[in-house]
Amino acid sequence: MQRTKFFLGGALILAAVVYLLVSSTQASAEYFMTVDEVKAKGDSVVGKSLRLSGAVLGDTIQYDSETLELTFDIAHVSGDNADIEAQGGLAEVLYQAVNDPTRERITIHYVGAKPDLLRSEAQAILTGKLSEDGVFYADEILLKCPTKYEEAVPEQAAAK
Amino acid sequence: MFAEFGYGILVVSFLVAMYSLIAAVYGAIEKSAAMVESSRRAMLLTFPLLSLSAAALVYLLVNNHFEVAFVYEVTSRSMPTYLKVTAWWGGQAGSLLFWAWLLAAFTSAVTIRKWERDIEFLPWVIVVNSITLLFFLGMVVFYENPFTRFWLVGGSVEPHMFAPLNATLFAAPDGNGLNPLLRHPGMVIHPPMLYLGFVAYVIPYSFAMAALITGRTDDRWIRLTRRWSLWAWLFLSFGLVLGGRWAYDVLGWGGYWGWDPVEIAAFMPWLTGTAFLHSVMIQEKRGLFKHWNMILVILTYSLVIFGTFLTRSGVLSSVHAFANSPIGPFFMAFVSLTLVVSIALVIWRWPILQGETEMNSMLSREALFLLNNLLFMSVLVVCFWGVVSPLASELFTNQKVTLGPPFYERATAPIFAALMFLMGVAPLSAWGHSTIQTLGRAIWKSALAALVLTVILFITYTQNYIALIGFFLIALVLLVTLQEFWRAARARQRAQSENFFTALTRLMGRNRRRYGGYIIHISMMLMAIGILGIEIFQTETQGALAQGEQLNIEGYTVEYRELASWPDEGEGVNYTRAVVDVYENGIYLGELTPRIDYYFDSQQNMTIPGNRSTLKDDLYVLLVDWEPVSNAGATFKIYVNPLVNWMWIGSLLFFIGVIFAAWPDRDPAEEPVRAARKAHQSSAAD
Repeated sequence: MQRTKFFLGGALILAAVVYLLVSSTQASAEYFMTVDEVKAKGDSVVGKSLRLSGAVLGDTIQYDSETLELTFDIAHVSGDNADIEAQGGLAEVLYQAVNDPTRERITIHYVGAKPDLLRSEAQAILTGKLSEDGVFYADEILLKCPTKYEEAVPEQAAAK
Repeated sequence: MFAEFGYGILVVSFLVAMYSLIAAVYGAIEKSAAMVESSRRAMLLTFPLLSLSAAALVYLLVNNHFEVAFVYEVTSRSMPTYLKVTAWWGGQAGSLLFWAWLLAAFTSAVTIRKWERDIEFLPWVIVVNSITLLFFLGMVVFYENPFTRFWLVGGSVEPHMFAPLNATLFAAPDGNGLNPLLRHPGMVIHPPMLYLGFVAYVIPYSFAMAALITGRTDDRWIRLTRRWSLWAWLFLSFGLVLGGRWAYDVLGWGGYWGWDPVEIAAFMPWLTGTAFLHSVMIQEKRGLFKHWNMILVILTYSLVIFGTFLTRSGVLSSVHAFANSPIGPFFMAFVSLTLVVSIALVIWRWPILQGETEMNSMLSREALFLLNNLLFMSVLVVCFWGVVSPLASELFTNQKVTLGPPFYERATAPIFAALMFLMGVAPLSAWGHSTIQTLGRAIWKSALAALVLTVILFITYTQNYIALIGFFLIALVLLVTLQEFWRAARARQRAQSENFFTALTRLMGRNRRRYGGYIIHISMMLMAIGILGIEIFQTETQGALAQGEQLNIEGYTVEYRELASWPDEGEGVNYTRAVVDVYENGIYLGELTPRIDYYFDSQQNMTIPGNRSTLKDDLYVLLVDWEPVSNAGATFKIYVNPLVNWMWIGSLLFFIGVIFAAWPDRDPAEEPVRAARKAHQSSAAD
């Protein structure tokens, strides 16, 4: 009798936790995508929470410091770390992406302060949604710059 | 010279730990006390050895030896000496050495205690600790050597430990420098605190394994390591809070906890550790949950190693940027292997871990503790799911999915609410048997008062129902806990005819764990006030201001007065500091100075908020941008974080509570329930 009660209670808790997990996952999953993938999937990802990454194109950055409206374009960069390493590291990949006019591009729109690290050849990781006009409305911008900080081995030239 | 010395000592330590392991296994199997003693002495040797090696590394760090790759990565000439010392744990190789050094220290501390009746545990405790130590030493000796140097080989620079053919040593003129975000007092002590917590949990685990192997599966191992678990828990909590405070002060996003994978990596062992802390009491008082306690301590150990792996391997992208590294697979292999072996031991000993009584009431103290454990495990499952979802989804669906803060908030909030409710009910329930009637009689006054308070809040403060549920639970727990202090002190006052204050202090002194625990419960509720405040009532605004212009938020007015920018060549930093005047409803409150520090060597910014903190709310002002030429305009982002200060007040009280509970007491007259049965092995040794 007691045993049944305990098992029943345990099963209830288990069911509640599974429900919480499944419903929260469905409600707040963000899909990691590259520019190519977004372009390829087109309308089917409109309105979904996405996490998009790409290389910032410096000359497309426009910022209005009155309205805090920021727009810029990003170019496709592979989302696979091993792939990036094989192509000569993040800095090299970003450089190529920016200087290759054939790459797919997406315009980003954001309202807020302009991030300090936003410059050409920075890697942008954006959270937000794609709208029907093909512009990506970002709620959050994360930027990574391949700087001296990431150099594992000092350049020999520095020694002279 | 120092690099070779440091590395040589590392290799020697590795061999000594290896000997200690072999001697301990041999000594235990052959019942050779001499071999066990020899193994114990070898283990004691690892601490001074690793201290020497660490001293060599610190010497290299402090003296700008940029021919050493690790020194080059984490220090630069412009860094002050204290930061160069703490750069020891600012990178992967150094922090692994730091881990090993702490483990050697703790293992030594544990092996020099008087063992006497527990001598059969000794070899197996050494075995478990030396295996863990060997793993970390193996990492630094073979894969992540902090003493690797740069060599000029045929025109290119390569990192090697020893000189390749025809190579000359290459010293860079300056290093990369520690990530400026880590150059903060909070960051200087946050990693060591976390690591102290992590490593200290290895000790209870090693005793648990010793208990399984020797078959001495009573609660002796728990009593012997009770203080270790408490101190480990204290340090881990302290590390988590410091990390939060650091994020609040330095990262400039107006919060202290972002459900970042690395934060969760430290939070997961805390969850199992907290569950363990509660459930060991059931084993001590009632002889139940023996399997469960074993599983909890094993999980905690695995999560500690897994946490070290997550923070150090770079498998998960996060603000805690650490590079990809080759040691990930080794960590996974080690975690899996120790987990499988440990669980196999539990299964092997399953029959002798049977409970001494049966649980027979759904509302008894032990049943509610079981529920508490299940809830902690549920939070753990949510966290684990969130952390592995990017990896798992990519593996199974070829589509990388991440789960951000909204997922964690949504999934954990109801569980935390249930935990708070339990915190209110459980202290009132009795061991063995409780009914709805007895619990209802004990709780109704507090519940009614909490309800009245909630209604008042509903009318005067907020109509947000999540906040109201939260405040109701907080009030309930606080009232019930305070009532417990009151009731017990009154009873003692009458029985012993002491005054109330003497009665209260003697009462608390007699039962440190119980009342320390209650203090911790109260502190948790204070922290919950802060969390509710920032999670639900945070407001923000931003705008570009010309000099003399204002932003208004929540009754505050922030007026931009001036801005100055100046370089400090010696420190390698450019400071940009804005001054804003703050008014509340027209009354001048003072000035705030948000600033941005730009670090030349790493080309990185650090955004330091100007923060005005009161018990009611924090006004958190960030400088985000400025016009460099005219100095006329600057952009600010302003948060109002209501009640967040209670978070830090709560954490201070929390430490007082843990220290109160962990303080060694001389009064052996506890555990009356099982005292008679366990008298022949009382816990005088801990």
